Amino acid sequence: MTELDKMLTIDNDSGEGVMTLNMGPQHPSTHGVLRIILKLAGEVVIDAVPVIGYLHRGIEKLMENRTYHQAITLTDRFDYLSPLSNNLAYCLAVEKLLSLEVPPRGQVLRVILAELTRIQSHLIWLGTQANDIGAITPLLYTFREREELLDMFEMAGGSRMHTSYIRIGGLEKDVPPEFMPKVKSFCDTLPTLMKDYEGLLTKNRIWQMRTRGVGVISAEDAINIGLCGPTLRGSGVAHDLRKSNPYCGYENYDFDVPVETAGDVYARYLVRLEEIRQSRYILQQAMDKLPGGPINAPISQVVPPEKERVVGDIESLINQFHIMVEGFKVPAGEVYFALESPRGELGYYIRSDGSEKPYRIKVRTPSFANLQALPALVKGRLMADIVAVIGSIDIVLGDVDK
Amino acid sequence: MEELRNKFPGAVEAIDTQFGETTVTLKKESLSRVCEYLKQEKGFDYLSDLTGLDLGKEAKPRFAVVYHLYSIKDCRWLRLKVLTDDAVDTVSFVWKAADWFEREVYDLLGVSFNHHPNMTRIYMPDDFNGYPLRKDYPLAGER
Repeated sequence: MTELDKMLTIDNDSGEGVMTLNMGPQHPSTHGVLRIILKLAGEVVIDAVPVIGYLHRGIEKLMENRTYHQAITLTDRFDYLSPLSNNLAYCLAVEKLLSLEVPPRGQVLRVILAELTRIQSHLIWLGTQANDIGAITPLLYTFREREELLDMFEMAGGSRMHTSYIRIGGLEKDVPPEFMPKVKSFCDTLPTLMKDYEGLLTKNRIWQMRTRGVGVISAEDAINIGLCGPTLRGSGVAHDLRKSNPYCGYENYDFDVPVETAGDVYARYLVRLEEIRQSRYILQQAMDKLPGGPINAPISQVVPPEKERVVGDIESLINQFHIMVEGFKVPAGEVYFALESPRGELGYYIRSDGSEKPYRIKVRTPSFANLQALPALVKGRLMADIVAVIGSIDIVLGDVDK
Repeated sequence: MEELRNKFPGAVEAIDTQFGETTVTLKKESLSRVCEYLKQEKGFDYLSDLTGLDLGKEAKPRFAVVYHLYSIKDCRWLRLKVLTDDAVDTVSFVWKAADWFEREVYDLLGVSFNHHPNMTRIYMPDDFNGYPLRKDYPLAGER
């Protein structure tokens, strides 16, 4: 009988020697308002029960009472660290209902924005995960770069975090001319920056001791419990929706899906770092192939006219008014569309009754699915490991609580 | 999916395809057996999503529970649908992932899941009254 087994036996027999400890909801390492009720034997976690809902805003209910166009702004509020992926998933789901195809330039710009979002999200994850475990420097580095990316989002869509830039049928407007050079220079400097991050962490002995063998989950268990995204790929499952069910023309890009087999916190770290590199690779290809032409589908019932035309002729003004105020009718039916967000499978299930407002929208958020695995990942580990594990599943509480 | 009809006579109520997505409507009594079969024999090893629909107060039955299964090997989804007025059997023994998803449906729509290991509210407080995602629940103001 091991030391741990003995402790567990105490629990089962009389409950003696077991301490119940409340962690959160106000705790810096829970990345928001996550509360976990812990059962501890000394420092060993016997059980962990996540309590969620502190950030529940009822977005799905709110969406039922907005037109399809108005609901876009709500999608930003799920995963506020990757708003453009949220916009994209929602718009692609509605476009599937409308059987609508976005022109090539719009598609490539969407890929560029989605990959920038992925890099941005992974940078925040890297900084906060390292900070949680005690390495403060990476946070300062990654937030410096994140700032540059937020500047790009602001340049394109006018807003840093709640972008609502991707619209049904295309994009709000084309990117300004100074956008692409900025993306290019970011891609050029990224490898040097990555060297800095990795120099601080990858072979760092403390980092390895805190992450290797911590929070291990096998491939089979990971699939069964519904893990997704880099967390699933850290357990050796090569599943990426960009490859398996491509959208926005991802099948035309050459990139690898990084996979690690160890299934621990360190494996997830390696996967995400490699994903940043692959995203950069996709960005470079996208910039090379970026065609000219329109960004929006030529469907005047769905896509509002350009600003110059709205202020120029009365027809366009009326058209704009109809779309913004009344909305547009969407054919009745139901679709499920999922894409690979920085956190994993982000799915929208939309049921339409043929009116201007969705009958029901259900959002399958990756953080919700990933958080469910937390108890399985921390049981039998030390309490300090919880912090490392929460960081490694990369949850956003807005995404969990909806 | 036609072979589901042969394999489980009487279990399948309808099969239809729309927007390239297949939906199989099942009798709720045979749900867990069919799910077990789809996972073991048909490779639907991943539960992408599980959710509920309120079809309106007049509808009989009032609720639909919707399952999105995914096969990692074949890269495809399958939608299952079960109609009910109050409760269906849990599938959390087939896919562990269903545990929280089912609690969410229970919390927001009031459809409960038989034999679920922990059928409690997940988002709303335990003493909360009502089910917010039902169509007769108001968006604002007094209930």
